[in-house]
Amino acid sequence: MKKSFIVLAFILAFLAYSGLGAAPVSAAEIEITNVSYDPTRELYEEFNAAFQKYWKNKTGDDVTIVQSHGGSGKQARSVIEGNEADVLTLALAYDIDEVEQAGLVAKGWQARLPKNSSPYTSTIVFLVRKGNPKNLKDWGDLAREGVGIITPNPKTSGGARWNYLAAWAWADKQYNHDEKAIIEFITKVFNNVLVLDAGARGSTNTFVQNGQGDVLLAWENEAYLSIAERPGEFEIVTPPTSILAEPPVTVVDEVVEKRGTRELATEYLNYLYSDEGQRIAGKHYYRPSNPEILKEFGQYYDLSTQLITIDDPLFGGWATAQKYHFSDGAIFDKIYTK
Amino acid sequence: MKKTKRILPGFGLTMGVTMSYLSFIVLIPMISLVIQTGEAGWSGIITAITDQRIWSSYKVSFGCSFLAALINTIFGTMLAWVLVRYRFLGRRLIDGLIELPFAIPTAVAGISLTFLTTDKGWIGRPLAELGIRIAYTKVGIIVALTFITLPFVVRSIQPILEELSPDFEEAGRTLGAGSARIFFKIILPELKPALLTGFSLAFARGLGEYGSVIFIAGNKPFQTEIAPLMIVTRLEEFHYEQATAVALVMLLASFIIMFVVNRVQLRAASYVGG
Repeated sequence: MKKSFIVLAFILAFLAYSGLGAAPVSAAEIEITNVSYDPTRELYEEFNAAFQKYWKNKTGDDVTIVQSHGGSGKQARSVIEGNEADVLTLALAYDIDEVEQAGLVAKGWQARLPKNSSPYTSTIVFLVRKGNPKNLKDWGDLAREGVGIITPNPKTSGGARWNYLAAWAWADKQYNHDEKAIIEFITKVFNNVLVLDAGARGSTNTFVQNGQGDVLLAWENEAYLSIAERPGEFEIVTPPTSILAEPPVTVVDEVVEKRGTRELATEYLNYLYSDEGQRIAGKHYYRPSNPEILKEFGQYYDLSTQLITIDDPLFGGWATAQKYHFSDGAIFDKIYTK
Repeated sequence: MKKTKRILPGFGLTMGVTMSYLSFIVLIPMISLVIQTGEAGWSGIITAITDQRIWSSYKVSFGCSFLAALINTIFGTMLAWVLVRYRFLGRRLIDGLIELPFAIPTAVAGISLTFLTTDKGWIGRPLAELGIRIAYTKVGIIVALTFITLPFVVRSIQPILEELSPDFEEAGRTLGAGSARIFFKIILPELKPALLTGFSLAFARGLGEYGSVIFIAGNKPFQTEIAPLMIVTRLEEFHYEQATAVALVMLLASFIIMFVVNRVQLRAASYVGG
């Protein structure tokens, strides 16, 4: 009885070992995995097809691109825990910083590609019901009594951190850096939040399908998708000031070294900056980072909006902003302290 | 070693498989949970117990799961009774429907239940006119959990009821017992262990449920935030050790509850057995 137990343990150990040992993929297959976040699915479907064609013309090789989508933070965690991504295309730099901390991406990754490694950008807008019945024009209106706001929770949704910071940026200007007044304003805004969904897609569903609230704080590209899906029901209000949401991209050094896919993965990301890549991003309602091509899509975007970046001294980059606003017991938690 | 003859051979092998299986599936993940929490030290555990917001999320989770399990214990018994004792058109169909909450992804269940029960939904609108709100309140959480955990009680009780011959009831009746007495003195004692099992399964499942609740709860701090959301929040911030501390507290609490339920069950069994 004891003996068979030991034998079995050996068999199981062997199986586990061989399972792990089978991981390395030969470079001849030319397959890369792009781990991305939720609302880029359609964008990358089209971009991948374009890139495959481009790569075939250039080298004669067929390349397969595996797509993975989910919440940005969750995707970053999966990569840290061993999901082998050749490239990461996430919602905010903070999530990639965490992968860097885990040693999978080289330090200073964000300076490797142009424009903070963000080939396309977006901003935070208000999606309101047709005719804008509550007359919401700017961030200040969100603190009014009786306004129902729908936004995901900045603590669980990376994308929603941009919402909070955009409101903060407006208040900073409005109240002349008086932090007490800014926090008071932000508290009023979040007291108006009817449903605090865990993710951006959940919030969109709450606002669009379930008819809750007067305004959805959303990424511009998501707002356009909702309008395209249900024309005539909603309007987009672009506030005069907002934040420049920069969803960054990078190769995962550890993985591309191991798989020998660095050249292909780098080229893949570079192609996002090509005219074709930029136009595909524009078509999916992201703002192309190339100003010439951005102009081609000028009819969609209110280009007069003043956009503040996360690297502005007000926020001091993601690491600082994250700690100051969103870490345990920081300002965002205080809003909800009894 | 003395070999005892058994009717079925292979005790050593099956025991080995059992132990390895349990180790891989249950023990090792549990141990890693404890180790990860250890990295946070006592402060992590203390936060997980004393933080007001986390504490109120435990109350929401344990309270709603308990009520949902209770509702299912009552209505699940009725449902099982009807399915076992009566023959009617569509019985098989209803019997098949019981498993549906297990078959569909919980997120889908959450989204559709929310759609129905908001103040704009088919069910929610007439209720909202009466001043009753379901979606985005604790009631919504209970509704989702009741849906998700329905099969546990029904499926625990069904086989027992099928075994329970109507002869006992007839005997009771000929001896002059009323309907209520028959139910409480004859049927219920027989069902008790299965009821407790079904209740505990439903309760435990409700505690861990995230996918469906997250859509219907509204997730308002101090009101409708569930404990699993507090775990996900900490994971989202890459604070693994704090997440596991909350998980550990939940685990211990559920363990204690299960233990108590089991003691009650044992006592009930010995009481019935005389």
